[in-house]
Amino acid sequence: MPTVISVRNISKTFPSAGGATHALSNVSLEVAPGEIFGVIGQSGAGKSTLIRAINLLERPDTGTVTVDGEELTALPADELRRARRKVGMVFQHFNLLEGRTVQGNVELGLEISGASRAERRSRSLEILDLVGLAHKAASFPAELSGGQKQRVGIARALVGRPKVLLSDEATSALDPETTRSILDLIKTINIELGLTVLLITHEMDVVKRVCDSAALLNGGRIQEQGSVVSLISTPGSQLAHDLFPLGEVPAHPGDTVIDVTFSGGTADRPVIAQLARTYCLDVSILGAAIQTIGGNQAGRTRLQLPGTPAVNDEAIRALRGQGMLVEIVGGHS
Amino acid sequence: MIDPSSSDFWPGLFHVLMVGTGQTLYMVSVALVITVLVGLPLGVVLVGTEPGGLFSAPFGSRRFGVVANRLLEFVVNLGRSVPFIILMVALIPFTRLVVGTFIGTTASIVPLTVVAIPFFARMVEIAIKEVDSGLVEAAESLGATRWQIVSKVLVPEALSPMILGMSTTVTSIINFSAMVGVVAGGGLGDVAVRFGYQRYSTIHMVAVIIIIFLLVMALQGFANWLARRFSHQGRVARSARTAASMRVQPAL
Repeated sequence: MPTVISVRNISKTFPSAGGATHALSNVSLEVAPGEIFGVIGQSGAGKSTLIRAINLLERPDTGTVTVDGEELTALPADELRRARRKVGMVFQHFNLLEGRTVQGNVELGLEISGASRAERRSRSLEILDLVGLAHKAASFPAELSGGQKQRVGIARALVGRPKVLLSDEATSALDPETTRSILDLIKTINIELGLTVLLITHEMDVVKRVCDSAALLNGGRIQEQGSVVSLISTPGSQLAHDLFPLGEVPAHPGDTVIDVTFSGGTADRPVIAQLARTYCLDVSILGAAIQTIGGNQAGRTRLQLPGTPAVNDEAIRALRGQGMLVEIVGGHS
Repeated sequence: MIDPSSSDFWPGLFHVLMVGTGQTLYMVSVALVITVLVGLPLGVVLVGTEPGGLFSAPFGSRRFGVVANRLLEFVVNLGRSVPFIILMVALIPFTRLVVGTFIGTTASIVPLTVVAIPFFARMVEIAIKEVDSGLVEAAESLGATRWQIVSKVLVPEALSPMILGMSTTVTSIINFSAMVGVVAGGGLGDVAVRFGYQRYSTIHMVAVIIIIFLLVMALQGFANWLARRFSHQGRVARSARTAASMRVQPAL
């Protein structure tokens, strides 16, 4: 599989009061060209350290980072600076220069790379147009809303035609509606420019909305990673459980409770009606969560089967036979 | 004792004040230019050589950075703690080396500069420390060199507080410039001592005080205006918005 970002066995330890904090332990990631890869984790999981390790704002203690075929961890300082231009980065708190206009902020990357004045002008306006802020070119960041500021941040990251966009909690400081519009913009950029995106977030909604692949980071280690579609059909996947929360399993002594995960082609079949007809089971739905992920319907349903163990077993076998993932979460089987 | 009723008193007063003000402005402006030229980079280096700073390991040596930082801190603290009148006298050999003499207006520029540089460097240091480290990170992510980070991010973003720091520095240079009368430095301080104090002319004294007060006021006002002009942060934008909304209100 070709990769644009390849992280191999990186570790990072920070000295702290009580000895040392292992921010990252032996983390490896592979991001394929043109995909949106989400790293999700709680605060303190090492997300920020991980994304900063990609462009070596935070140099890992061990391991290698390769972007677009170039091993960044092996480059001397001046070549690393040049290589960083291939990696755009968007920040949670936007990090815009208050003293520059919107256009001035966007031009910063081109000034750094030594582009001519005329080129800076035309390129920055072109990219501001892409993010929908051409009319604000002469405004200062203090005059913009949070969502607009992040659009400027995205424009600044894109102006140097990077191969990869890193997004460090880009939507965490924004309200839900603005979050959606920024995520849509990232998705649009991903499709129109074919740009590979690596984003970190603590919000499952972000993964649901835009990510093709995801990794779960916990305590500085990657617990799971893979394409979102394949994770959903992985038994016992923590990410799948978080994507489709069904809550606590209720105590129903005697009855069998199962979680059925649908994905791909199985999602639109009338499964429950079939169960009821074929096995004369009065199936109760205890919970359900359906999402569109990667253009496909996917979801999980928690069902209560009131039949005898033998009938229930047969029903479960039939569901599995149709390619559905069935987990028995309560009662006997 | 000078006689205010004599016919040449007022023309004399005017002449003396003109010369004094001219000398003060000359001393202060030259001292300010040198102070900014030396103090600005010094302030940047002071912040940069701190652990974790941009220049924490100059020439690849972390120890060199620490030593440079300690040394600069020491020099700045020394310069700020020695009383000016003592510094001025102690610097006489150095002044003679630089200017050729230690008497006169030009010679007084040397101690004025020496006292103002550490003061201004501190102001620059404080202003730069206020710049959000995220901005440095953003510039680094775009591939900026250290020099580009200083010239495109740190100094421009700290410009507003630095201008205010500069006006405080000028005020203290004016303040100290009144003391160089001791080494025959001239200026308004010299006028106040020779005419106001030694020859009991209250009118001279009051005139000098008024001129210095007006100078400081004008400078401060100018600096505030300039600082606001370069600050595009919330406060200015807000006031611009409220002004705009006030214009709209009658129409509603």
